[in-house]
Amino acid sequence: MNMQSQAPLLSVQNLVKNFELRASKGLRKSKRIVQAVSDVSFNVSTGKTLGIVGESGSGKTTVGRSILQLITPTSGRIFFDGQDLTELSFEELRVVRRQMQIVFQDPFASLDPKMTVGTSISEPLVVQGISGDHQDRVAELLDLVGLAPDHARRFPHEFSGGQRQRVGIARALALDPKLIVLDEPVSALDVSIQAGVVNLFGDLQKRLGMSFVFIAHDLSVVRHIADDVAVMYLGKIVEIGNKNAVYNDPSHPYTKALLSAVPLPDPKVERLRHRIMLEGDVPSPVNPPTGCRFRTRCWKATELCAQTEPELVARATGQQSACHFPE
Amino acid sequence: MAESVLSIRDLRVTFQTQMGELCAVRGVDVDIAAGEILGVVGESGSGKSVSFLAAMGLLPATATVTGSVMLDGVELIGAKKKLVRSIRGRLMSMVFQDPLSALNPVHRVGDQIVEMIQSHQKIDETKAFARAVELLEIVGIPQPDERAKQYPHEFSGGMRQRVVIAMAIANNPKVLIADEPTTALDVTVQAQILEVIQRVQQSFGTAVVLITHDLGVIARVADSVNVMYAGRNVESGSVQDLFDHPSHPYTRGLLSSLPQEGIERLVPIAGFPPNMLAPPPGCGFAPRCPHVIQSCNASLPSLVPFEGLMTSCIRADELRIGGLRS
Ligand SMILES: Nc1ncnc2c1ncn2[C@@H]1O[C@H](COP(=O)(O)OP(=O)(O)OP(=O)(O)O)[C@@H](O)[C@H]1O
Ligand SMILES: Nc1ncnc2c1ncn2[C@@H]1O[C@H](COP(=O)(O)OP(=O)(O)OP(=O)(O)O)[C@@H](O)[C@H]1O
Ligand SMILES: [Mg+2]
Ligand SMILES: [Mg+2]
Repeated sequence: MNMQSQAPLLSVQNLVKNFELRASKGLRKSKRIVQAVSDVSFNVSTGKTLGIVGESGSGKTTVGRSILQLITPTSGRIFFDGQDLTELSFEELRVVRRQMQIVFQDPFASLDPKMTVGTSISEPLVVQGISGDHQDRVAELLDLVGLAPDHARRFPHEFSGGQRQRVGIARALALDPKLIVLDEPVSALDVSIQAGVVNLFGDLQKRLGMSFVFIAHDLSVVRHIADDVAVMYLGKIVEIGNKNAVYNDPSHPYTKALLSAVPLPDPKVERLRHRIMLEGDVPSPVNPPTGCRFRTRCWKATELCAQTEPELVARATGQQSACHFPE
Repeated sequence: MAESVLSIRDLRVTFQTQMGELCAVRGVDVDIAAGEILGVVGESGSGKSVSFLAAMGLLPATATVTGSVMLDGVELIGAKKKLVRSIRGRLMSMVFQDPLSALNPVHRVGDQIVEMIQSHQKIDETKAFARAVELLEIVGIPQPDERAKQYPHEFSGGMRQRVVIAMAIANNPKVLIADEPTTALDVTVQAQILEVIQRVQQSFGTAVVLITHDLGVIARVADSVNVMYAGRNVESGSVQDLFDHPSHPYTRGLLSSLPQEGIERLVPIAGFPPNMLAPPPGCGFAPRCPHVIQSCNASLPSLVPFEGLMTSCIRADELRIGGLRS
């Protein structure tokens, strides 16, 4: 194995994304800045899955969209296969985009209702200027996601939610990407159907060796599918590492609270379990707290937490966490 | 068994649609006693929301509703609109997934609660406002007297849902129906809202119907459970019995499709729910059921007692003996 193949497929380094909000309050025009993602770094290796979890508005989708350069980061670098995507021209990006795809939550919104499923699936091939009749490839892709070849002639409304999500995945697979960002890919599906789509991701990874960034709010699904997990809070990664370390020995108080809040499908366990109830709400990303961003809801917070922002530090259990008073 | 405060019998709802008659609810029974939390789970489209919207008299004119809904001894199906309206928000109220839809954006939160109180009680403005502040406190809103003067957009999603619950309990209803009240919220906020609901149930003896697709939520707060599939209750019982020895293949399938520690491969339920424009003549789950036999398709099975539960699976006994239980 040469050095090249040992480098991570994706390396996100010090990613920052601020959104400018132009709000006019009375006569005074004020410019407010949403700090959606603030200095986020992580790596994803070939054939591996990084799960990203965290409160709504913590910046998960913004990270996902930044990876594909669907939005331009305010600063930071995104290395994909050794290339810094933030430095590529539009044309160069188009070529790299073959290798990376994104699948969104709503399988209905992401498919054109007037296009047959086959046309939808082959669209990326056409966009990338790949000529020829794509019928065989479409059939192959449908087969990969567990649908039949004759499904190609049908329209999205003829499919169930789970099937539509499979179509979306087939489309994402069309160009043989090395990386797929999955943004809440099963959240809109019934539990009974979700399981099949989750299995599909596992199978695809085994067969095609691709990497996933799997964004989800369902912590048990992430635990099932991911190798590593990043926990985000208000634009920052507060804890990241091997999923077993993070789930079994959470080090950051927010991770601990999050895990303890997840309802488990077992009445005996649920009724005996100790839960950490977080007080209050997530602060505004326009005006995040000084120091540690979690401190306003943290039961361990001291003066130090307000003054000094904790950095990600490696813990004995293997993961990294950003806390002055880790568990 | 304690007396039911809400008792639904053979509830049926059909919708006139452009594609024909859609059978959304096909004979559902519900019993809930004061101070009880009834969880209602089931596949999307199985009729959970429609059942309770029907009970509340909130369905559009395209819906035909039959059966019986007795609230505290009063029949609501076929009752005068005026009676139903006087009960809604007073004896029985409902909370939905999206709190914004229940709040008026241009009115202060406190005033909206005051209006809710005054629409059912003769009480002066000052007293009603004091009660509104008290309600906001009950649902855990800090500085309730100041918050009462704010507008919905000044509240976070979780805080808005608390406000909606405060409105729903403003007149001390006997029954509170919560339809996916935490689905749009983060788990940490969900935990807070579930605690508020439990607090209401415990302090005021309110009967709570909690509709959710999350079996974890059911396991946490419900006393009893109805499992719905294709417009029917397929299984019901106490939460302990249901999780301990589910009898219906759908319930079992649902439980085993959940990710669990140490399980390599998830077990989905193959197929998808039936088209309710032309529902199957027999068990609604039969087309997806791994244990289906011919007689499952013969006629609609009703609920029968089985091992402390009520089940609609005609093979419940055989499947248990056969050790097919997961
Ligand atoms: N285009 C935009 N303009 C302004 N603010 C934005 C924009 N996109 C996202 N934001 C803000 O950035 C923050 C992060 O949003 P993001 O969508 O990345 O969160 P998320 O973690 O994906 O949340 P969710 O779990 O709700 O999907 C939020 O405060 C959001 O309101
Ligand atoms: N106003 C309506 N007109 C026609 N059909 C309707 C109407 N409202 C609901 N339905 C149909 O009735 C059936 C039951 O819907 P319902 O909303 O009760 O499902 P649910 O169990 O609450 O599902 P979910 O978990 O997705 O909320 C579905 O087939 C739905 O499409
Ligand atoms: Mg998102
Ligand atoms: Mg519903």
